[in-house]
Amino acid sequence: MPFLELSGLTKRFGDVTAVDDFSLAVEKGEFVSLLGPSGCGKTTTLQMIAGFEQPSSGHITLNGRRLDEVPARQRGLGIVFQTYALFPHMTVEENVAFGLEMRGIGRQDRKRKVAAALDLVHLSNLSARYPRAMSGGQRQRVALARALVIEPELLLLDEPLSNLDAKLREEMQLELRRIQQEAGVTTLLVTHDQNEAMALSDRVAVMHHGRLMQEETPFHVYENPKSSFISTFLGKTNSLAATVVKTDEAGSVLACNGMELKGPAAHHLPGPVTLSLRPERIEIVEENEAVLSGTVIERIFLGDQWLFRIETPLGPLLVVRRNRGLREPEHGEAVHLAWTPEHLRVLPAEEGAA
Amino acid sequence: MKPGSRGRPWALSAPALLLFVVLLMVPLVMTFILSFHSFSFYGGIAPTFSLENYAEVLGDSYFYEIFGRTFAIALATTVICAVVGLPQAYFLSRMRPFWRSVMILVVLGPLLISVVVRTLGWAILLGNKGVINTALRDIGLITSPIRMMYTSGGIVLALVHVMVPFMILAIWAALQRQDPATEAAAESLGARPFTIFRRIVLPQAMPGVLSGSLIVFSLSASAFATPAILGGRRVKVVSTTVYDEFLNTLNWPLGAAIAILLLVSVLTIMLAWNKLVEKRFAGVFE
Repeated sequence: MPFLELSGLTKRFGDVTAVDDFSLAVEKGEFVSLLGPSGCGKTTTLQMIAGFEQPSSGHITLNGRRLDEVPARQRGLGIVFQTYALFPHMTVEENVAFGLEMRGIGRQDRKRKVAAALDLVHLSNLSARYPRAMSGGQRQRVALARALVIEPELLLLDEPLSNLDAKLREEMQLELRRIQQEAGVTTLLVTHDQNEAMALSDRVAVMHHGRLMQEETPFHVYENPKSSFISTFLGKTNSLAATVVKTDEAGSVLACNGMELKGPAAHHLPGPVTLSLRPERIEIVEENEAVLSGTVIERIFLGDQWLFRIETPLGPLLVVRRNRGLREPEHGEAVHLAWTPEHLRVLPAEEGAA
Repeated sequence: MKPGSRGRPWALSAPALLLFVVLLMVPLVMTFILSFHSFSFYGGIAPTFSLENYAEVLGDSYFYEIFGRTFAIALATTVICAVVGLPQAYFLSRMRPFWRSVMILVVLGPLLISVVVRTLGWAILLGNKGVINTALRDIGLITSPIRMMYTSGGIVLALVHVMVPFMILAIWAALQRQDPATEAAAESLGARPFTIFRRIVLPQAMPGVLSGSLIVFSLSASAFATPAILGGRRVKVVSTTVYDEFLNTLNWPLGAAIAILLLVSVLTIMLAWNKLVEKRFAGVFE
């Protein structure tokens, strides 16, 4: 039996179904992300687990105990809020001690546990500070310490890094992962940031329109997206409308914009499909190795890599190249592109337009 | 700022500044000067310079009683306003926007009515043959009327009525700055609703309570119409005493001295209070 189990979780607000028949199983010690665009129902799901929203139907089980029948304050979960929600009138130490106090833990034990929690987040030297006098990253750590000090069975993180600037966010990602591993706590992260979800979690659950779309390791979801929504939501991709001409064990032939492309064996037969091709899998090659040719219409330097938009017979394609410190094709230059057929992902055709 | 445009802020604030100087500073300075003049029943006001008016006030226990009563009334009003206003502001901050705007109008209600009309209304309610006493006698709860008119209690009651909106708005402003997630956080950490209110909401509302107290206290200490109507001749406060000196005894210099003493004492209390608040919450807010 899984440690945390959500089964058939549904939440309706009037006519709107925010979460629709959502089921997920999380093992003890696992770090799972709920990933999706805003309004996909991920926050509502978190609120239901935390006890701030009542599910319309379905149930939540944690460690063999029905959670949805218990009031929020008795669930014993550690929650880190998007705004951190630190108590501004209490020092760091008092903030962290609050949960222990509510549990009636004695002064001596409290002091020891608070010290240990602050040590875990590397904030021992700031215990007498007020939150207002701290940086965003430090407040984040206090919020984590406050959530972890009560030794929760489950840690819920609600967009914990969205209020930090880009550089700090990367640092905190590593920190968060370290702290989670050290504490060994089962963790559920809610985020709209695919990088965050991929960097932190053991498994990613992608949500869209209140439904679970795919749930696998970050590598798997990135490499084998089940739908064109996921392929565009996780990382950059080139989406192309195509039709399967023929397919067998060895591979398939796909018609796309008047061109015939070789692809992997396709299961979606027959008729229209969407092709997904990651920009970093397209290589700029010599003319004789090319799959097709095109012209650079845009070139952006990103430091560690170059991003090209190239006009081709298939339409404009995004191409990403690592910066090797060498000269790269310039605007208006003709280039020749190639990729391995296995890197084309054949997905069900998008509803509506491509 | 461009060179030459340095005078612009001054030019723009000139009308308000002029109003302030002519209508407030000039009378105030003149009152201050007046308080040093002397007064005799036959000779009238003489433009001398002496501290005899201050000596008279500070040397007479009659005036101490009046000052004491005034500050007691102001303090009681402030405390009651805080106790009444805090839960009201909290409910207000948790209401849906539509009901909140309706309720804010209700809260502001007392301020929309002229002070004289409102106070005469209280007089009708509180009199010995007023609505409350008549009703209580008719249902047989009392035999002789409870005295409410011409008492400090009656004044406090009517002052609370008009001062409570200031308190509510001040506390509400403080609660608006509060992150609602702090209450959810406390709940997730195991706090009961009452504990959340006492440990999380109340301390965050405190700056509002304190600034509201400042407003209510200073307005109550210098209120005139309410104590004049409900206190009458018998229950005198500082402002009604000043009025009597000016218009009945015609001893303007003494009235001026009392007025200056009221101003200075309210100012001192306010500054001390402010200092205390800033010190107490320095690390937490701002």
